[in-house]
Amino acid sequence: MTLKTPRPQKQDLVRQSPLMWEIPVSFRSDMRVPVRLFADEALVEDALGDASLGQAVNAATLPGLVSHVTVMPDVHQGYGFPIGGVAATRLPDGVISPGAIGYDINCGVRLLASRIAYGEAEPRIPELASALYAHCPSGVGVKGSVPLSSKDLDKVCREGARWAEQKGFAQAGDLEATEEEGTISGAEPSAISPRARERGRPQLGTLGAGNHFVEVDVVDQVFHDEAATAMGLEVGNLVVQIHCGSRGFGHQVCSDYVREFQPAIARYGIQIPDRELVCAPLDSPEGKSYFAAMACAANYAFANRQILADHARTAFDEVFRGRVRDTGLTQVYDIAHNMGKIEEHKIESDTVRVCVHRKGATRAFGPGFEGLPPRYRRLGQPVLVPGSMGTASWVLLGTEGSMALAFGSTCHGAGRRMSRHQAKRSIRGDRLRQELEDQGVRVRAGSLPGLAEEAPRAYKDVDAVVEVVAGAGIAAKVARLRPVAVVKG
Amino acid sequence: MGGVRYEEVEHTADWALRVRGATMGELCQVAASAMLAACGARSSDGPSSERSVRLEAADRETLLVQWLEEVLFALEGRSRIPVRIEVEVSPPLSLSATWEEVPLAGIEKPIKAVTFHELVVREDTEGLETTIVFDV
Repeated sequence: MTLKTPRPQKQDLVRQSPLMWEIPVSFRSDMRVPVRLFADEALVEDALGDASLGQAVNAATLPGLVSHVTVMPDVHQGYGFPIGGVAATRLPDGVISPGAIGYDINCGVRLLASRIAYGEAEPRIPELASALYAHCPSGVGVKGSVPLSSKDLDKVCREGARWAEQKGFAQAGDLEATEEEGTISGAEPSAISPRARERGRPQLGTLGAGNHFVEVDVVDQVFHDEAATAMGLEVGNLVVQIHCGSRGFGHQVCSDYVREFQPAIARYGIQIPDRELVCAPLDSPEGKSYFAAMACAANYAFANRQILADHARTAFDEVFRGRVRDTGLTQVYDIAHNMGKIEEHKIESDTVRVCVHRKGATRAFGPGFEGLPPRYRRLGQPVLVPGSMGTASWVLLGTEGSMALAFGSTCHGAGRRMSRHQAKRSIRGDRLRQELEDQGVRVRAGSLPGLAEEAPRAYKDVDAVVEVVAGAGIAAKVARLRPVAVVKG
Repeated sequence: MGGVRYEEVEHTADWALRVRGATMGELCQVAASAMLAACGARSSDGPSSERSVRLEAADRETLLVQWLEEVLFALEGRSRIPVRIEVEVSPPLSLSATWEEVPLAGIEKPIKAVTFHELVVREDTEGLETTIVFDV
C-alpha cells in the first residue's frame, strides 16, 4: 500500500553549514542514509513548499545507498524521486531505479559558441529564430529529418553521437566536448521493447515539446576568464543552447521498466514507500536489462542533440552567411541531467564503484578528470544550467567540492516553483509572448498554453540557485548568458 | 455517468488528475477521457478505424497504468486519437476495451508517461477514486 509522502518541516532540517542542510536518518525509521540539501533560507522555504523533500526521504530508503541522498537548490516535486536529486548505490548489489533517473533518459543541454557579436546580429535575430524553428522540428510526436531503419536504430543505441558523426552531423571537436564522448557503454538493443523501437525510429533529430527548447543567448558576464577563453565564450557574442532528450524512445524505455520492475521488488524482498521508486539489484537480470536499455536511450539522446546541433549550424549559416566573417558554432560542452552512471567516488577513505542516479542534476566533475578534453582538464568539467525562458542561463565548472560533497554533481536549472495548473490559470501564452518580445526575446512556439506553463515566474530565480551552488563550493561560475531568442515546441 | 468525474490537482512540475468511476471499467474510461482532454488532443479529418485492447494485471493500479499507456501510445506511436471508448473490467482484473480512432491533428501539451507515483485506487460508497500523476 502506498501512503501519501509525509513532508519534513523546517525543524527537521539540521544546518550543517550556511548553505547545506541535513535530514538525519532519525527522521524516519526506513531511511538508510541522510538527505543533504544545498539551499539558502529562501530556497529551503521553496523546497518545503511542495513534496520534494518527502520524496528525497523516500529515495533515502533505497537498498544499497552510500553516504547520503543529495538535493540541489533547484529541487522541485517530481514523481517518486525529486527533480534535483542525486543518489548513489553501491555495486554490485545496490539497486538501480528507473524512476530515479526519469522518463526523459539523458535529457540534457548542449552549448555551442559563436564568434558573432550580438550588436552585429541584432537586426537578424527574428529571422534567426524563425530559421531555427524551421530547421529544428518540434512538437508532439513530430517526425524528424533522420528516419531510422531498424538496423540504424540499433547502431544509434550502441554508438550514440558517434553514429551521428559518421552520418555527417558532427564537426571536429564535437564528440570530445560531450559527456562520455556521446556514447555510453553497456547499451544492448535487445533490451528495448518493440513499442519503444516504434516510437524511436521516426523521432531522431527532433526537439519535442514541454520545457525543451533551442535558445540563442548573448554572453552577458564572464566570471572566470581562463575558463571562458577555453570554452570560446566572449562577452557580447551569441551562443546557442539545445535542451532536449531521448524523446518518445526514452519515455517508452522508462515506462516499460517501471512496469516490469513492479513484481521484481517482491522477488528481491525490497520494501519501497512509493511504487514509482521500483528498483532491482544492479547485478540482477532485471537490473542489467534496464541498464542496457537506459544506455540505448542515453545514446539516442546524445545522437539527437548532435543532429539538432547540426540543424542549428545550418540555420546560423543560412541567416548569417555573407553577413559575418564566421558563421560557425563550436561546441562548448554537452551534459546529461537525467541519467544513471557507473562511477567511482571517494566515500570517506575508500574508493567505491557506484551507480549515480541523477534526476534533474548535472554531472560536475572537478579538475583533473581524465574524461575531459585537454583544454578543460585542469579547470574542471563545464556545467550548463539553463534558466527559465526569458531569464539568464549559466555556465559553471565542476569543482573538488562537488566531488567531495555531491558525487560530482550540481544543479540543472532554475527549478519550478508554480504548478503548471496554476501557471496556466494565471498566465496567458499570447501575453507572455508579447512580454518576452518587449524585453527583446524573440519567441517561436508551437503551443501558447505550453508557453504559459513555462513562464519565467513559474520558476525559481536561477541566479539565486547558482549563488547557492557556487557559495557551497559544488560549482564555480564561468559565465552568465542572456536570452535573445527562444524556440519551443 | 453523471457529474464531473475528474479534476486537475496541483502538482509543481507534472500533472495530477483525480478521477472517479462507479466500477473499474468506468474508472479506466474516465481516466482515458481525462488524459485526452488534459493534453488537448485535436483530431483531423481522415479515415477512422476500430481498435480493441485486452489487458490483464496483478492489481488495479498496474491495470490502470497499462491501460493509459495503451491510449498514450495511440497518440504518440500511431498519431491517432481514441474516441467512443468503451471499457469493461471483469474479475479478477481482465480489461477488454474497444474504441474508434481518428487521425491526430495535434496536441497542446504532451504527456511523456503515466506514473505509479502514490497511485492507489480507493473504494468508497460511491465507487472507485484515484489520483494519477503524469510526467509532462
